Amino acid sequence: METGAARAKKNDAKPAKLGREVQARLGQQLRSMYDEVLSQGVPDRFADLLSQLDNKDNKDRQ
Amino acid sequence: MPMDDAVRQQILDAIPSLRAFAISLCGNVDRADDLVQETMVRAIANIDSFQPGTNMPAWLFTILRNHFRSEYRKRRREVEDADGHYADTLKSQPEQQGHIEFGEFREALSQLPTDQREALILVGASGFSYEEAAQICGCAIGTIKSRVNRARNRLAELLHVRDGDDFGPDEQTRAVLASGE
Repeated sequence: METGAARAKKNDAKPAKLGREVQARLGQQLRSMYDEVLSQGVPDRFADLLSQLDNKDNKDRQ
Repeated sequence: MPMDDAVRQQILDAIPSLRAFAISLCGNVDRADDLVQETMVRAIANIDSFQPGTNMPAWLFTILRNHFRSEYRKRRREVEDADGHYADTLKSQPEQQGHIEFGEFREALSQLPTDQREALILVGASGFSYEEAAQICGCAIGTIKSRVNRARNRLAELLHVRDGDDFGPDEQTRAVLASGE
């Protein structure tokens, strides 16, 4: 029986059964989806929240 | 003491990737933004436990990931009681911003087990090393590697892509490569 370590080592040597082409394609789709959200930057909601939390934090510490 | 400006800026800089991670994880923009908000609240409440100079994105991703996992467990119990499987509700929630081109991919992603999905996103899209991803998920590096492998294999299966399949424009590239270039 294969040990976990042996399996991990094998995975190291052979990252996947999938060919490079398929891996590249899947990676590309995943990144495009992800990058589309990244390109939206920081919505105001979060910039405002950070200021609010930061002020509150300051008051709490004083 | 006010929050250090550099720390504040690091949090701000991490928000777009936290959102991208959260949306990829849960497949729903509103829920993802709530996760990001909760992550910020927790991070700032515990900012003293952040070591300046260490990896801020990894620290924030860890908070978000842990919060998502505990929410997920809670929701799954609730949703399963009411309507069966949580996975079904994920599938039936359309991506609100209507990115049709990613529809099929998102759907496949949402069908992966959570541990595989998070490993794949962290390594394949967020740009973390296997070591950082292992730290974020609280597991061994080998575990992350095998989860990423399984995630890729399962995605390929769900999307019916195999080596040598027609990949549109890539098919031409492949043909060129196969012709001996």
